[in-house]
Amino acid sequence: MWEQIRSNRRRSLFVVAAMGVLLVAIGVALGSAFSGDASGGLPGGAVAFGIWLVMWIVAMRRGDDIMLGMARAREIEKADHPVLFNVVEEMSIAAQLGRVPRVYVVDDPSPNAFAAGRDPEKACVAVTTGLLRILDRDELQGVVAHELGHVKNRDVALITTAGVMMGSIVMLAELGWRVLRVSGRRRLPRSSNREGNGGQAVLMIAALALIVLSPILAQLLYFALSRRREYLADASGALFSRYPEGLARALEKLGGASEPLSDKSKVTAPMYIVAPLRAARGIRAGLLATHPPLDERVRVLRAMSGSADFRAYDEAYRGVAGRSIVGLHSLEESSRVEVRPPVAGGPTPLATHRRTREASDAYLSASGYVRRVCTQCAALLKIPSSLAGRELACPRCRGRLAEVEPG
Amino acid sequence: MGFWIFLGLLAAAGAYVVGLYNGLVRGRNETRNGWSQIDVQLKRRHDLIPNLVETVKGYAAHEKETLQAVVEARGAAVSATTPAAAGKAEGALTAALGKLFALAENYPDLKANQNFLALQEELSSTENRIGFARQAYNDAATRYNNRRETFPGNLISGSFDEAELFEIEEAGERGVPQVSF
Repeated sequence: MWEQIRSNRRRSLFVVAAMGVLLVAIGVALGSAFSGDASGGLPGGAVAFGIWLVMWIVAMRRGDDIMLGMARAREIEKADHPVLFNVVEEMSIAAQLGRVPRVYVVDDPSPNAFAAGRDPEKACVAVTTGLLRILDRDELQGVVAHELGHVKNRDVALITTAGVMMGSIVMLAELGWRVLRVSGRRRLPRSSNREGNGGQAVLMIAALALIVLSPILAQLLYFALSRRREYLADASGALFSRYPEGLARALEKLGGASEPLSDKSKVTAPMYIVAPLRAARGIRAGLLATHPPLDERVRVLRAMSGSADFRAYDEAYRGVAGRSIVGLHSLEESSRVEVRPPVAGGPTPLATHRRTREASDAYLSASGYVRRVCTQCAALLKIPSSLAGRELACPRCRGRLAEVEPG
Repeated sequence: MGFWIFLGLLAAAGAYVVGLYNGLVRGRNETRNGWSQIDVQLKRRHDLIPNLVETVKGYAAHEKETLQAVVEARGAAVSATTPAAAGKAEGALTAALGKLFALAENYPDLKANQNFLALQEELSSTENRIGFARQAYNDAATRYNNRRETFPGNLISGSFDEAELFEIEEAGERGVPQVSF
């Protein structure tokens, strides 16, 4: 795993440096645009750097609390959810974390999960109540294992640093935009008298371009960070839980869920196990996606037949995407790990619900009810036989009901 | 000149031996640490069992044989100290527990008991933990043993004992309590 850790350090260094350059450039542009000539650039850059430094120190010291606060997560104790706690403990043993992470719950019907904390010693895992409602034990274990994979690969620290940097850039760019609009209006008459002010106009345009472009650039850098990471965390998740099918099923369920997460911040998006923001289509989807496509992740996990180690994941990934993903050294070190049998953990609340529904459906159809579906809102209704022949309006949307073949 | 080269070589050789020795010590510590991880979970498991037996007694007191088997298997497991002995005893304990949980299927009241359900979750979680900790321990032990037995480690490993692997006997290991509803 040290290979991933080292490559993460290198990449984080690169991203942090690139973002730093962007940040200082914004500061310089802002300074010179504000003061009217190039001499304002240096203090502008220095102020921008100072702002970032303060934010970075805050993020390093309190970043996990800020992230958890943004997601409105609350810490829970073992008595609140023993199964979740047990699963986290099991997975931290499998990941050899040394310390059991703190466990948080987010009250949100949308199923999702994330990890926070600067290093493995201070790690936290947060899951939404929606996730707990629909996943069974094996699937929950897969999700927690994936999150601990992020912790183990030091992804969390990187996301925190880069997230703070992106936040500062966006903030400064917004500030610059306002300053430029105000000062631009005031100076426009003066700069038209051609008294050596051509330079200032160029400066203004450059500053404007930078201020408009840098938040986008920062976002691209930031998002590019997280995609490969998701695959690697999936590989770790499969290894830790020794049951790739659990994670695959969980991802499917998470992808199938319709409720969007209420935390829609772009800064926190890359930390979740599935993308909380609705994905854009086309080229933008490719560039701005925080996560790789879910069906591909599921397909890779399903293709690892029989073993749960990195080598199996890499082979499966090559089969799906045509190239290798796990670092060479990790592959050499990887010894074969057998997939464990599933734990029969009892049905999920959802499964119980479905079974109840099947039973009541069977009863209703036996007593002559017919199934009708609304052509507008697709609501499925069961109607007593006495009303079967009549024209009825959908009680939900007033649309027309169409007959459904008994199936 | 020759003297200095000799001294340099001597220093290099000394540093190499020190590195080798420290590597062995590190490996041994990793192995011990791995075993203590398993040990914590085994103790946890042993501590849960009396509670479980009491709970089951409340509903199925006449199933004396099965309960007795669990208690005896626990006693044997508690007194086992080496990884090999523990592996054997834990396998027997897992098998006995499997029977107990299978028996619980016949007692709907017991199956609905909150305390029983909580204990069942704790026990199966503990078994999972033992499984995951075992993987880490066996990896560390194998690495350490290889380092100890291969050249040149074997020249200085006289005072290092071989690490035993921890394997729960197959029949028991697969007997994780299966619950169906």
